[in-house]
Amino acid sequence: MAESSGEPILRFENVSVAFDGISALVDVSFQALAGESRVILGAAGSGKTVLLKIALGLTRPDSGRVFVFEREIDAMPERELMDVRSRIGMLFQEGALFDSLTIEENVAYPLENQKAIHCPKAEVRPRVVEALKFVELGDTLEKFPSELSGGMRRRVGIARAVVTVPPLVLYDSPTAGLDPITAHTIMTLLIKQRDLARTTTLIVTHRCQDGNLVANFRYNSEQGRLEPASDRARRGARTSFMVLREGRLVFEGDQDRLEASTDPYISKFVKRRV
Amino acid sequence: MLDLLKGPFIAAEEFFTLTGRALRNIFRRPHYGADIILQMDSIGVGSLMLVALVGFFAGVVMALQMAHALRSYGQVSKTGTLVAITLARELGPVFSALMMAGRNATGIASELGSMKVTEQIDAMRALGTDPIQKLVTPRVVATGVMLPLLTVIADFVGLLGGWIVAVAFLGLTSVQYWNSAWRSLEWKDDVLQGLLKPLVFGVMLSLIGCFYGLRTTGGTQGVGRATTQAMVTSAVLILILDVMITKIFVGQGG
Repeated sequence: MAESSGEPILRFENVSVAFDGISALVDVSFQALAGESRVILGAAGSGKTVLLKIALGLTRPDSGRVFVFEREIDAMPERELMDVRSRIGMLFQEGALFDSLTIEENVAYPLENQKAIHCPKAEVRPRVVEALKFVELGDTLEKFPSELSGGMRRRVGIARAVVTVPPLVLYDSPTAGLDPITAHTIMTLLIKQRDLARTTTLIVTHRCQDGNLVANFRYNSEQGRLEPASDRARRGARTSFMVLREGRLVFEGDQDRLEASTDPYISKFVKRRV
Repeated sequence: MLDLLKGPFIAAEEFFTLTGRALRNIFRRPHYGADIILQMDSIGVGSLMLVALVGFFAGVVMALQMAHALRSYGQVSKTGTLVAITLARELGPVFSALMMAGRNATGIASELGSMKVTEQIDAMRALGTDPIQKLVTPRVVATGVMLPLLTVIADFVGLLGGWIVAVAFLGLTSVQYWNSAWRSLEWKDDVLQGLLKPLVFGVMLSLIGCFYGLRTTGGTQGVGRATTQAMVTSAVLILILDVMITKIFVGQGG
């Protein structure tokens, strides 16, 4: 399998941002290439969520430059940003589903509101149903988010993030606050999405086992579950790790280097490989 | 000292930015007509009984109090005039607006505040909609249209309340009461003033609700804080704006 040395899809150059005088990100630079999976580890309050929000243009950096799909977005007007955002899927921390809308309306929202998507009305419902089937929630269309469990809401959030088939998907703490079984289900969906749609994936998490799954497992579509990836496949779908500490990028590299690190903060996020 | 002043100034600047964008969006696409209708229903129709009730009691109390004062001049027959003028100019608009502030400015602030802290506002932007266009403008339009209508209803129900008192306790005839009430109302001084006030109050209190809702931080506690601030600020602004508009009209009319 050829190395997926695609063009850079997301690039941060010396990005810093502070809120009320408190630094959230300090001089962060990195780039994510097409087809790459990137796991961002860090304790609560280390700036992981802010990093994703800057990548989406929801938060503007105080200094530094941000490029998404080769377009500089840090000073882009909101109307142009909508165009960029239509090519990025985002799963928010608790799902951030709209309470007042049904599950169907929630998942249809990006199709109906992203101007750049141009989805004909007749195609909305089939695509919504397809996206919900993908997360194995095909029978919840008429329900409201409050009627679903936390894990199910998160799955609907994934369906809403990927219904537009974006080339880049950002996941903000997809497994936070879930029991191990539900967390595994969510990670399976996430890897399924990555492997079937070949999306570039950024995952923010504080659980090292999430990173391990992303790096070493692939989705087997015949059996419908995860299986350990062969070395060849692993090289094809490259996974790299980043560790954030109080807004600073303290580590960037692959899993071997992450596990070899002797830094006490970094090694807190590392467990021996399964 | 400078830092102390900075906060309110930045807040005021943000409020006027929000106001500008919300009002500009009225003339910009995309229009969310369905949201406007939905808000008109929940803000307007939902407040109908409350506003009518307040109007009724304002009318009853005005009739009782004014009759007492008028008796010393032997002018009890003028009760209708007094009730009509005070209701149309002051009590109708101000009471209705205060009720709307209590019911809707707080409702808007807590709804938008909850959406803010659960990242729904961010999600909205991420999914291709401008929250000001989608959330703020429909609420401002709906409140601006509905509050004048509700005020007219409150005025009328108040006049009914005054009429019941006049006939039952003051010994006036229906004709006396309605004649004096109807003839006392003038277009420019009373009707215009009585409609302009609720329009201004309605736009203002919905904007205040949206403003505090959208700047909510700090989880559910922050939502509570935003709700309280929306109520207090809009109530105070209603009273201040009322004095200003009254002064403009009274100043002109001599």
